[in-house]
Amino acid sequence: MPAYQYEPFAYIRPPELDGGRSQAPIAIVGAGPVGLTLAIDLALRGIKCVVLDDNNVVSVGSRAICWAKRTLEIFDRLGVGERMLDAGVTWTVGRLFHGAEEVYSFDLLPEHGHKYPAFINLQQYLVEQYLVERCHDFPDLIDLRFLNKVVGHAETSTGVAVDVETPDGPYRLQAVYLVACDGANSPTRRRMGLDFVGQSFEEQFLIADIEMTQSPFGNSGVAERWFWFDPPFHAGKSALLHQQPNGIYRIDLQLSGNVDARLEATPEQVLPRIRAIVGDKPFRLDWVSVYRFRCAKLDRFVHGRVIFCGDSAHVVSPFGARGGNGGVQDADNLGWKLAALIQGIAGPGLLESYNAERGHGSAENILNSARATNFMTPKSPIEALFRSETLRLAHSQPFAQKLINSGRLSLPCSLEGHSLQTPGEAPLRPGSVVLDLPLADGSWLVEHVQGDFVLVGFGDIALPEVADLRRLGIDQAGPYPGFASTGDYAATRYGTGLAYLFRPDGHVAAVFAQPSADQVSAAMQRALGAVDCAVAA
Amino acid sequence: MRDNLGAGRDDFYSALMQAHEGLSEAQSHQLNVRLVLLMANEIGDLKRLRAVIELAGRCER
Repeated sequence: MPAYQYEPFAYIRPPELDGGRSQAPIAIVGAGPVGLTLAIDLALRGIKCVVLDDNNVVSVGSRAICWAKRTLEIFDRLGVGERMLDAGVTWTVGRLFHGAEEVYSFDLLPEHGHKYPAFINLQQYLVEQYLVERCHDFPDLIDLRFLNKVVGHAETSTGVAVDVETPDGPYRLQAVYLVACDGANSPTRRRMGLDFVGQSFEEQFLIADIEMTQSPFGNSGVAERWFWFDPPFHAGKSALLHQQPNGIYRIDLQLSGNVDARLEATPEQVLPRIRAIVGDKPFRLDWVSVYRFRCAKLDRFVHGRVIFCGDSAHVVSPFGARGGNGGVQDADNLGWKLAALIQGIAGPGLLESYNAERGHGSAENILNSARATNFMTPKSPIEALFRSETLRLAHSQPFAQKLINSGRLSLPCSLEGHSLQTPGEAPLRPGSVVLDLPLADGSWLVEHVQGDFVLVGFGDIALPEVADLRRLGIDQAGPYPGFASTGDYAATRYGTGLAYLFRPDGHVAAVFAQPSADQVSAAMQRALGAVDCAVAA
Repeated sequence: MRDNLGAGRDDFYSALMQAHEGLSEAQSHQLNVRLVLLMANEIGDLKRLRAVIELAGRCER
């Protein structure tokens, strides 16, 4: 009996089967974390969408578990961040072992002044459940269609025609854009015959989720992350132990490339390995999977009116938690741009900027996760030698501790140099994502700067009035809403006497020391795609 | 690349040889790897590190 009770979502007979027609301009394939994030994002902008999923339950098995700070800030904007934070396990201490010996431990986010921690652990099925429940707050805008399998699509003169199969028979759906959030094995990508190129890794990994009442980390009650190179219970390989909510623990074991995956996933094989880690404390096996991974991406994420988002566009190794987090950031980047296209306010370069910006972000994620994977799986005796001496030096040398790569913290990429940003110098440079601050009324900066375009003044600076642009003052008085900051976070993170123009996804579009209405307006038009991507950068 | 070792060159070379004295070949390889890593940290600057990696690789071919 699994720890999570899967409640099937209702199948509702689609109106197209009875001569009706969806009015939604956006069709999303896949009701995973990425597709659902995009649906809620669009709904908050008043844009209708249809979400098509061939299944009718949330993710089977916990799969993605680490949700990064930036993802939680995006979920905050969508109205589910605090629920995720409350339900998740916040871990801050990581311990690294070589053999039986602890090499060093680290504090993940020693910096204060952020609403959300560096990471929480939360099972993918819970993330999806909370997102689906949030979708239900928008019954007129989000049309969730479970057991609706997309089997074909074709571009038309006005959009995309999507062929869907249901238990009641097939129908054709019309939309203006089709967004493929249909995962690593994306049927949409395969149907289009698009190349998905990258690096494959030989090694296989075993994931096991176990349920236990006593903590394998000991009696302190603090959630940690333990990583072993060459542990005594799994010679020559690596192992990872993570805590999830509701007494569930994740174990990740590196296996050889040539072992039989099905055999490795049997309880006879799995149980002794887990006992070697947790000792004689009682546990129950909740979910097991053996997987092999690759790092790969599409050359382009935008193909006419078909847009790829999340794992369908790029896959990474799991080390560093860049798969689910990267996908949510794709949706965050795409939502406001699609809305601007539908509303007719997008410039000619806006959709292409999604392709350029998230292509860059996913390349960065792939680079980081491939490096972690290479460190964890040495390819030759000399690579193994460098790694073992790095681990040996790490016992006493801080520089060597930092060279050890068991997955780098997933951080949002900078979009500096891309066409939507106006170049400039500032403590937080154009292209960077919003850095949170605590405000005197108990709220946080991330609660005020995401969602729409906003011009934020820090300290002594006057903000001009610009059409369709919200203004916000931090530590200043003006004829617009304002907040006092606490501590010296605002000064160190943003400087003073500067105005920052934030995009709806929280990235800095431009910074001004003496903003005029014309300059700010021009920067905002640029951020809406007025400049063609091919010309800039 | 500029000559930086100066008058200490012979002392350096013999110290390096001495460090390897009495080690098996496997232990010597391990020592060399630790030396590479420690020296890299001493240099620090990525541009200079790339330059010496490139130079060392060029001599091999």
